[in-house]
Amino acid sequence: MANYSIFALARNALQRHRNWPQAWRSPQPRASYDAVIVGGGGHGLATAYYLAKLHGMRNIAVLEKGWIGGGNTGRNTTIVRSNYLNPESAAIYDHALKLWEGLSQELNFNVMFSQRGVINLAHDEGEARELRRRIYANQLAGVDAEWVTPTQLGELCPILNLDPNMRYPVLGGTLQRRAGTARHDAVAWGYARGADRLGVHIIENCEVTGLIIRDGRVEGVHTNRGEIRTPKIGVVAAGHSSVLAAMAGIRLPLDSHPLQALVSEPIKPVMPTVIMSNKVHAYMSQSDKGELVIGAGIDPYNSYAQRGSLPVIEETIRAVVELYPITSRLKMMRQWAGIVDICPDASPIISATPVDGLYFNCGWGTGGFKATPGSGHLFAHTLAKDAAHAINAPFALERFYSGALVAEHGAAAVAH
Amino acid sequence: MSGRTAEGGRIDRTQRLKFQFDSETMFGYPGDTLASALLANGVRVVGRSFKYHRPRGLMAAGGEEPNGLVRLRRGGRAEPNVRATDILLYDGLLAESQNRWPSLKFDLGALNDRLSPLFPAGFYYKTFMWPASLWPTYEAVIRRMAGLGRAAESPDPDHYDKQYAHCDVLVVGGGPAGLAAAQWAGRTGARVILADEGAEFGGALLGNGQRIDGGAGMDWVTGVVAELGEADNVRLLPRTTAVGYYDHNALVMLQRVADHLARPEPGQPRQRLWQVRASQVILASGALERPLVLSNNDRPGVMGAGAAQTYVNRYGVRPGRRAVLFTNNDSAYPAALDLAQAGVDIAAVVELRPTAPLGWLSRLDEQGIEVLADRAVVAVEGRGAVKAVQIGKLNQARDGAIRGMGRRIECDLLCFSGGWTPSLHLFSQSGAKLDWNAAMGCFLPGDAVQAVRVVGAANGDFALQDCLDQGAHAGNFAANQAGQRRRGRGPRTPVADAGPDLTAPLPIWSIPGGGRGQGCGKAFVDFQSDVTAADLRLAAREGYRSIEHVKRYTTTGMGTDQGRTSNINALGIVAEALAVDVPQVGHTTFRPPFAPVTFGALAGRRIGGLLDPVRRTPMHTWHQANGAAFEPVGQWLRPYFYPRDNETMAEAVDREVLAARSSLGLMDASTLGKIDIQGPDAAEFLNRIYTNGWKGLAVGGCRYGLMLGEDGMIFDDGVTSRLGPEHFHMTTTTGNAARVLDWLESWLQTEWPELAVYCTSCTEQWAVASLCGPNARRLMAALCPELDLSPEAFPAMTWQAAKVAGFETRIFRIGFTGELSFEINVPAGHGPALWQAIMAAGEKYAITPYGTEAMHVLRAEVGFIIVGQETDGTVTPHDLGLGRMVSGKKDFLGKRSLSRADTSRPDRPQLVGLLADDPAIRVPEGAQLIAGANPAPPQVGIGHVTSSYYSPTLGRGFALGLLQGGHGRHGEAVHIAYDGNAVRAVVTPPRFVDVGERAK
Amino acid sequence: MLLLECPWCGPRSEEEFSCGGEGHIVRPLNPDELDDAAWGDYVFMRRNAKGVHFERWRHAHGCGRWFNVARSTVSHEILAVYRVGDDKPKVAP
Repeated sequence: MANYSIFALARNALQRHRNWPQAWRSPQPRASYDAVIVGGGGHGLATAYYLAKLHGMRNIAVLEKGWIGGGNTGRNTTIVRSNYLNPESAAIYDHALKLWEGLSQELNFNVMFSQRGVINLAHDEGEARELRRRIYANQLAGVDAEWVTPTQLGELCPILNLDPNMRYPVLGGTLQRRAGTARHDAVAWGYARGADRLGVHIIENCEVTGLIIRDGRVEGVHTNRGEIRTPKIGVVAAGHSSVLAAMAGIRLPLDSHPLQALVSEPIKPVMPTVIMSNKVHAYMSQSDKGELVIGAGIDPYNSYAQRGSLPVIEETIRAVVELYPITSRLKMMRQWAGIVDICPDASPIISATPVDGLYFNCGWGTGGFKATPGSGHLFAHTLAKDAAHAINAPFALERFYSGALVAEHGAAAVAH
Repeated sequence: MSGRTAEGGRIDRTQRLKFQFDSETMFGYPGDTLASALLANGVRVVGRSFKYHRPRGLMAAGGEEPNGLVRLRRGGRAEPNVRATDILLYDGLLAESQNRWPSLKFDLGALNDRLSPLFPAGFYYKTFMWPASLWPTYEAVIRRMAGLGRAAESPDPDHYDKQYAHCDVLVVGGGPAGLAAAQWAGRTGARVILADEGAEFGGALLGNGQRIDGGAGMDWVTGVVAELGEADNVRLLPRTTAVGYYDHNALVMLQRVADHLARPEPGQPRQRLWQVRASQVILASGALERPLVLSNNDRPGVMGAGAAQTYVNRYGVRPGRRAVLFTNNDSAYPAALDLAQAGVDIAAVVELRPTAPLGWLSRLDEQGIEVLADRAVVAVEGRGAVKAVQIGKLNQARDGAIRGMGRRIECDLLCFSGGWTPSLHLFSQSGAKLDWNAAMGCFLPGDAVQAVRVVGAANGDFALQDCLDQGAHAGNFAANQAGQRRRGRGPRTPVADAGPDLTAPLPIWSIPGGGRGQGCGKAFVDFQSDVTAADLRLAAREGYRSIEHVKRYTTTGMGTDQGRTSNINALGIVAEALAVDVPQVGHTTFRPPFAPVTFGALAGRRIGGLLDPVRRTPMHTWHQANGAAFEPVGQWLRPYFYPRDNETMAEAVDREVLAARSSLGLMDASTLGKIDIQGPDAAEFLNRIYTNGWKGLAVGGCRYGLMLGEDGMIFDDGVTSRLGPEHFHMTTTTGNAARVLDWLESWLQTEWPELAVYCTSCTEQWAVASLCGPNARRLMAALCPELDLSPEAFPAMTWQAAKVAGFETRIFRIGFTGELSFEINVPAGHGPALWQAIMAAGEKYAITPYGTEAMHVLRAEVGFIIVGQETDGTVTPHDLGLGRMVSGKKDFLGKRSLSRADTSRPDRPQLVGLLADDPAIRVPEGAQLIAGANPAPPQVGIGHVTSSYYSPTLGRGFALGLLQGGHGRHGEAVHIAYDGNAVRAVVTPPRFVDVGERAK
Repeated sequence: MLLLECPWCGPRSEEEFSCGGEGHIVRPLNPDELDDAAWGDYVFMRRNAKGVHFERWRHAHGCGRWFNVARSTVSHEILAVYRVGDDKPKVAP
């Protein structure tokens, strides 16, 4: 068990890096586990990590149909923030943000959580009103939030277009200083390594093909690598949640859409913070490698194909060039899509189901990455205790029947 | 000195072009690329590498060049990360090297290379964690070190176009296969587009000197291009790179219209983004030469054999004086001959395979070129430039060199040929799978999933004759598939001059370091991202097994070249490290774009003033002339307020409000959404759409309605009037007009097709002047003297058609201020005239135009809600105290949701008025309502302020808000929390101004 | 960048259309008689099929008509286009 540190690096350099252990192993699946997590993305791996670490459940497995972190964990624009409108949402996302703040040390894996601030721009009085409402709600919830004027915005991001004559001029914005970005792949790898060290089986290339349910209880899963028995299943499959739910005869309030994103070629730093704009729809940050990381919108149709498409990208790039005129001669280097599970109220579902022992963690839509540690932490609690944690209690499936939705359309900042 | 050959090449030696590289003035010729011109000027080091800042030279002659990235032009036209091989030389060109400080020669960042043992792949995941507080400092340093070029300093002065096209056959790639395909498809009469990324068609023929039909290959190219150029049904697009292959045969191409000029001609776009929908696609995208991975294979002077051949043949440039070629396949042999012909001293051809191909051996023999078979270059010497190579014999397993078999050859050029990788990015993007071919050591196209076929080198067929045959056949076939029944007529398929038969290559992923000293240097796989074979092996060792993990952990293939030269070698090395076959490692997804695409081209013309259409009302010019400040509302610009003299906004709004309350105000309400609804079932339809009943509304009557989504939440409101038994005029909120029409249509068309109802948007057909105030009736009497305006004859919530100031209008006795109101609708063209007539007639009542802000104050004073302000998608009619508008007798959209457990709770947030104890305070909108007096976090609020204004009528601030259980809390106190303040306020009914009888 | 065949206007690019999501969701005729669960199922729960998806599209920037499409959500292949009110066609993914 090698701890990562500069000293370990130096020591291994002398051995020409030949002796680093595997970050996580590649075990054969056992015939049965105490719990099975379906989906090896950040949320699933975090769930497994906290189940093992905090709830003593070590005989558990994460089943991943492809490679871990290969879904939305590796396809998002890495923004982390917690300035959501509703107290229930602020609570769940800030729970996550607090875990982010110590995550590199917790996992002994540098996830490069960079609290460079996230700004949401207001381009008209209506937007400004909504954003101010969010600030006051956040202040009450204890989530840092402040209003920034165009002058302050110019200091925070010199390349931002503050021309009062632009089509939708920038009237100001909100700033959450504790928010920022993280290295997305590292989150999956860090949790995988952490969980693996606690004895969790991380099984890649293992696709769940069916659920074994008897008398309303789960008893296991069928996979392409054989049957695995377990009394508890936590499904964390993002865009594929509906597919897993269908195996249990359940429908979810989800639609799967491709969320489009792109990066520019790497350039020297120009973008010191993260800026999101709803009206002139784009959000942008710059990675440590130098690429401008740009989030676009979703394709309007349901899809499970992780295919880049152009119309959404064209709209976003128009917005980018409008907001940051010096980017016109930069180039799009890569575009891609992740399949996001959009929920009617733009809030997640962390919930039991009508099937005993079957739990779902889904519906994070376009904003799941930021919640990764909190989502895993709360889902682990829910699975271990067979009861929701107070923070995720409002996010049960029941709300779609009672009407107690947690409406976050404004805060999601993606046109859906 | 390397440099120009005495003659030859496709350059115009009669004309000299001056250019600058890193402030040094140099010369080249038309036909040069920046890369060939730099080589001709003896420039070896063109850049510094990404991570280790190692000096790097040109490795390729085409778009796969990983090292030669420069910053081109200056100021607003500056462009970072441009490949020198893509830049056509023009007079006055300015380029500078990147990622070095202070200079290309002396770069402090090169310290990284010395410290590199500490920086293996993924080192940053393992350190910079302690102390946590220092991470921002570490990160700042990392960020400064990373990145490639610098962005422009100022906005781009050039513009970009988009073009959309349809065709029967789109041919991508204008080499021999693509030209043959275009020619044969074109002869059927099919609409053909042929795109090639180069300035000249010809592909590999431009650089390799092969012959067709007994003449120079380029003569054949010239003939075909001339034929295609004359054909009306064929469009030739040189300098056009197909970058994306999307669904349903939609391809995107970037045409560099003016990049070969110092600046675009007046009116000319810099680049044009093509979106082509093709019935059939033929990919003749060629193949790329793979580097051989060996110690210090990144030294300036290490270059692809094909690239070196192109430099001498196409550009008349010798990339070195004395060369060693190192190959595992046949293609280096003709390259060696061409280099020798151009005057490069060929020290040796090092052949990895046990025997050299006999057909070529004799030809090289004739030229006195030594071929060392069953040998490998195991190390490269030299730092800023290649000085010598070390040659060894590999053991049986090819994982080590046999001692004592070494040899050292001095040279300044090492040309590698590690085999050819078919360029299948676009094919992969089309959704098709690739099949691994172990013998050739590359992927070949699998089954197509769209209407596409791959021909020539891209299909793994490297012999010229195969390219020509396949291209011709595919062109003809694709045209027929696209519906062209005619067979292509014309001469027989061209015949390539026969050369030696191709012999099988020997795929190898890395050459073991066997030399002394520098033999254990870094062996690069991805040159641009600075990823070595050791990095890949480390990743595999650490458990990053999937190629996607390896890619992300080491960053291999993630540079601007998308790993064009590195992907296959990386796969091979990882497969070896994991002891599995290549297909088990998989291959990374090819994501668009194939080559980087300028943001400006993606944005096109629709930026700046064209970002979004601006909608203006018919009276806009009047508002402008009268000093209005405007507010964007959706796409509309609406008058916000009309400041006079030096008035502040607050002063202007107060004046406007008081005028409306005391005498007469006039507002432009043209932006309200308007939908004309007709049909025998119109009333029934409205009954289903709105919460209240509509069948009883008499002709001539108006009624306020609320629309809910099926979730029971208010989604729009407005007044709808009955124009006739089967005819209604609906109004919607300004921002929601289109959405409401969509909503109506979706129910009519998909759920209730049995209803005969027809909806037509008429928002822009009517201009609306909304007149209000105690003097409104007097003014109307003056404007339409024949109309009986008495409250009995023309009561509130009715409408009449009448002439106003001579214009045919519809007058609605509805308003949004509580005052006596007349909303006058006139055909849009008469709007300005009507408006001016009203203003003129109203002068004696000091008629005051008012904007949206005064309108907000006026409506809030009397407790009218605004959808989107008092509501946010979570508010029901009951929450607003509008339960009386919810019919219990009929079903309507969203009704059932209102009785759900949570939706029918009595303590939901409900609309109330809020009066702060301090009348001077205007609390901010969005401020939170709290139960106690302490605003300290964390706590959960009990509501929020939805609207807040200063009322000049009341002389105090007032607010509307949603408060939990608010309907039962009138008279209670709450606190309004914002920015650490807690302002005490009394809860009131949401109505502050009583207009009494005067509104009748 | 789908190419959809509007039954009234012919093949047109994706950008001319608006997507109305899952089709064949029938509004209950008797909402008042449903319990919260049955009503919630109608309003919110979706099949969200991986594979053949029967969905509604509107030729928004064209004739304005709604129609149905059977489309693979995996390959995006259009398997059938049919009019509102028609039964689901039999299609193989």
